Amino acid sequence: MIAFENLGFNYGGGELLSDVTLRLAPGSFHFLTGPSGAGKSTFLKLAYAELRPTAGRVSIFDRDARMMTRDDVALCRRRIGVVHQDCQFLDHLPVATNVTLPLTVANRKGNPQDLTALLDWVGLGKLADALPPQLSGGERQRAALARAIIMSPDVILADEPTGNLDWDMSLRLLTLLVELSRMGKTILVATHDMNLIRQAKSQLAARVLRIQNRRVQLAGADL
Amino acid sequence: MKPNHPALLAPVQLARSLFARDRQADRVVPPSGFTAQLTLFTAGAMAFLAVFALALSLASGRLADRWASALAGTATIRISAPPEQLDTQVAAVVALLATTPGVASSRVLDTAEQRALLEPWFGPDLPVDALPLPRLIELTEASPGYDGQGLRLRLAAEAPGAVLDDHTRWRRPMAQAAERLRLLGALSLILIAGSTAAMITLAANAALSANLPVIRVLRLVGAKDAYIVRAFVRRFTLRALTGAAIGTLIAMIGVALLPQADDAGAFLTGLGFQGFGWLLPLLLPPLTAMVAFAATRYAAFRTLKGLT
Ligand SMILES: Nc1ncnc2c1ncn2[C@@H]1O[C@H](COP(=O)(O)OP(=O)(O)OP(=O)(O)O)[C@@H](O)[C@H]1O
Ligand SMILES: [Mg+2]
Repeated sequence: MIAFENLGFNYGGGELLSDVTLRLAPGSFHFLTGPSGAGKSTFLKLAYAELRPTAGRVSIFDRDARMMTRDDVALCRRRIGVVHQDCQFLDHLPVATNVTLPLTVANRKGNPQDLTALLDWVGLGKLADALPPQLSGGERQRAALARAIIMSPDVILADEPTGNLDWDMSLRLLTLLVELSRMGKTILVATHDMNLIRQAKSQLAARVLRIQNRRVQLAGADL
Repeated sequence: MKPNHPALLAPVQLARSLFARDRQADRVVPPSGFTAQLTLFTAGAMAFLAVFALALSLASGRLADRWASALAGTATIRISAPPEQLDTQVAAVVALLATTPGVASSRVLDTAEQRALLEPWFGPDLPVDALPLPRLIELTEASPGYDGQGLRLRLAAEAPGAVLDDHTRWRRPMAQAAERLRLLGALSLILIAGSTAAMITLAANAALSANLPVIRVLRLVGAKDAYIVRAFVRRFTLRALTGAAIGTLIAMIGVALLPQADDAGAFLTGLGFQGFGWLLPLLLPPLTAMVAFAATRYAAFRTLKGLT
């Protein structure tokens, strides 16, 4: 699905990532950990072509990210659901409209019942008409997750999706991710939450990647 | 990146971007009150000015044409000579004119006509025969016309008492001035179009930078550039169209209400439109819309190029 080959990246200063070779196989479930500032968000941004590698290459759905036109990138993002660390909503539109935004920009009609079910599932049924700035941090993250999966994407990238959630809600979100994984989606979750990782590993074969010394390495079984 | 080039502003595209069912694309970008009013006002004011520039240009064009054709029309040769030489010189001039290329015809004015010309000044009882009046020959110019300088030289050689008065001495500068005015009017129209484009580009850029976070989110959830561009282009084009329609209408009413007067104030009152000329200002709103369409499209694609 998404492959990194000898990838290197810097924001213009020192190298943040270097010589990363990695493949997210279809249907795989990965966690991405590492200290704050290690480059987890950066790595995800490389995976959905918000950033382009400064060395090596990233292939998204078997296409070199550097060769993609802007429209290709747009089409590609419709197949990748992203939960951004800072959520990224249109603050002037209600939650429901924000959640269906990927459908809207793709000129697709959504099913209103599906939307209600989805919002209920993430516990936002009563907040469909609220504006994003009125939501709590956790509510925003749940809305972001709902938006990420509304297109039923092949790949789901989540950046600290449980950062503001309590344990119960984290578990609920994990259950949803596990469910999606069983449906064959490819999933990558950046997180600090070791409990979440342990919990996930008890439910499915999740692999843990760790960013250390600018490399992304498969972590051992020490979790 | 096929159709992304701002230069292609086919009317079809324009219509499509305006009336396609893209209302929801419109909604995803928050309303931008200030730039909206700025665009409306600019388009209105510019269309208003353009109507007058157009009227000026058309009126001076008509004037230039009329004066130029009067110039080209006729000339007079005045022959003053001692009475005994007068007939010979007249005959010589007539013969000379007959062989001058560019002169269509010539005619010696008879005493009755000369009397008619002088009557307003001297009354009906003027004894024309008794006065040493010059004889007048009227000539009509062919096209292409004669060479005035050459004709004068030949006249001087063959009939020393003959003077060519081709009216050009006083009319040519006026015709030139009218021609110049027509040009200035046209130039003003071009400048107005340019300023409109510049101001709408500025307004569009302001709206685009104010909405940069929105655009970024739209890109992140998979919107194509064309989708985002359409939301802005539609908005600005409609606004420019509305503003220009209002400005044009007001200016046309102003022109229509110019007081009518006959010949005396011919230039000022002639400033209005005539006949089909009234249809020309109606082109201004759609033209303004096209300028806004191109300007916003250009600005939007340029902004997007900087985002992933
Ligand atoms: N746009 C940018 N320009 C320059 N430097 C940046 C930019 N974005 C991030 N960085 C730097 O790159 C490094 C990695 O940032 P990144 O957001 O990928 O970290 P992270 O692993 O996601 O951290 P966290 O766990 O806190 O979210 C940080 O040192 C950050 O300051
Ligand atoms: Mg991060």
